[in-house]
Amino acid sequence: MRKRHTPKDRLITVALHVALAAGLFFAAFPIYWMLSSSFKSNTEIFALPPTILPKAFTLEAYAAILGDPVKLRFFFNSYFVAGTVTVLTVLIALLAAYGFSRFNFRGKGSLNTLIISTQTIPPITLLIPFFGLVVSYGIFDTYLALILTYLVFTLPYAILLMTGYLNTLPRDLDEAVAVDGGTSWTALWRVVVPISLPGIVATSVYTFLLCWNEFLFALTLTKSTSMRTVPIGIQLLMGQHAFEWNQMMAMSVLGSLPLLFIYLVAQRYFLAGMTAGSVK
Amino acid sequence: MTRQKRSHHKLKRAVAPYLYLSPSLVIISLLMLLPMVTVIGYSFQNSAVLRRDPSFAGLKHYQAIFNDPVFWASLWHTLYFTCMSVIFHMTIGMIFALMLNSDRINPMLRNILRVLYILPWLFTAVIIAVIWRLLLEPNGVVNSMLLQLGIIGSKVEWFSSPETALHAVTFANIWAGYPLFMVSLLAGLQGIPKDFYEAADIDGAKAYQKLIFITIPQLMPIIISISLLDFIWTMQVFPLIWITTGGGPIYSTEVLSTYTYKLAFSSYNLSQASASAVVILLISLGLTLFYIRYQKAR
Repeated sequence: MRKRHTPKDRLITVALHVALAAGLFFAAFPIYWMLSSSFKSNTEIFALPPTILPKAFTLEAYAAILGDPVKLRFFFNSYFVAGTVTVLTVLIALLAAYGFSRFNFRGKGSLNTLIISTQTIPPITLLIPFFGLVVSYGIFDTYLALILTYLVFTLPYAILLMTGYLNTLPRDLDEAVAVDGGTSWTALWRVVVPISLPGIVATSVYTFLLCWNEFLFALTLTKSTSMRTVPIGIQLLMGQHAFEWNQMMAMSVLGSLPLLFIYLVAQRYFLAGMTAGSVK
Repeated sequence: MTRQKRSHHKLKRAVAPYLYLSPSLVIISLLMLLPMVTVIGYSFQNSAVLRRDPSFAGLKHYQAIFNDPVFWASLWHTLYFTCMSVIFHMTIGMIFALMLNSDRINPMLRNILRVLYILPWLFTAVIIAVIWRLLLEPNGVVNSMLLQLGIIGSKVEWFSSPETALHAVTFANIWAGYPLFMVSLLAGLQGIPKDFYEAADIDGAKAYQKLIFITIPQLMPIIISISLLDFIWTMQVFPLIWITTGGGPIYSTEVLSTYTYKLAFSSYNLSQASASAVVILLISLGLTLFYIRYQKAR
């Protein structure tokens, strides 16, 4: 057993707690500042000395955002695009993952390597040809342009994540369906899908977040204000009003709600989704 | 089962995986592999995208890029930004993971701190950029705290002076990215068998010796694979820089992605931008091959 009561030992424990507090300040202060600024008036944000808690607590910034149909449209666009891509990605990735996990076939290894390597293709490289394609097919400034481009970025990792999950499930169950004369298709829907819900949730969370955060393609492939997503909306807010910081912070808080919500409600799936690619 | 039926079944089994994979393969080929070929094609054309019948340009656009000092500056900034980010992500992630893993803190406090330490990870790059612009405003809270503490003598324009801008964006990115390391290393720490440490205790090892001879070697596979991924992803940075500095002032924070973006969508020189995009692709591909090799070797 370790001795716990020597003065040196106590000193280490105290030092550790001081370091933890410093770490907490580093990690959380910027976010606290965003949150508290969103409840301040624009003049109070730059008050000297800075006010840690809002002196005159106000919801005016939130009212300005939520009362503006243009800004609500940014939120609708983000939810719509991210939602649609999530459904499509999960469906397509599930099929591919089932193929990878339950069958042996020629070219399996190289296809797997292909999918791993497409994950790291720089978005900026695909941006120019996508722009060319989107313009020539007449879908510039449409939801379709965003949905198709997001799909290709979410799919590779979603396939790897789902395959990883399906590989952990016993094969006996779906093989039993085959013995009963059922096809692999029935086994997929009757047996595999119902028991893969945790994997499906993790994949959905990951896909949704990736779409929700996307900036470069939304910036380039849309043009009209009614097609913009939340990240672009925040950038527009920055240009338009000569620095309405409280509104920018309120919009940032509102734009972070889905991530915070998912993290708090489904922490396990969130972490599974965000780290599965890197830790094995 | 009759023989015919059985061979039919076998055929189905053989075709099935390709059918399941086909939607993914169609999407990846049409929307990823084909565009990659297209962008390489663009980089050898004059007035790519803009003209219907572009003429062949040879290596002209590559030469133009390699002769552009801004390209080399962007490459250097990208490397600085990426290396510093990865090194500090790893260091901070490691320190936080070790602190959280210590048995000197109360488990309840540990759980609360774990959630709070992950916070920066939950925010979109654009929002991180906006938060740091507010914090680092000349009249903002960071300047006011540093003045109070006497660390700086006068207000610093962090993002708009060429001496500090690159360090400021790098700092913001360091803040935003350490939780991936922290979470992964914390998971790794919990996987190290306890008897390793017990054996070391019997041998009378000191804390730092346990760290150097047990903890770090055990975490090495995670450290290497996350560093590689972090390196590849950080190199692709765009929104954080676009929103905080836009590559300025006077190119002092220009990175490869903002350089390419401006060539394409501010100067409409899509051919030269494509050449730059191909160079970025080649760098990424090199790192990816390295990553895949490493993963396979494990």
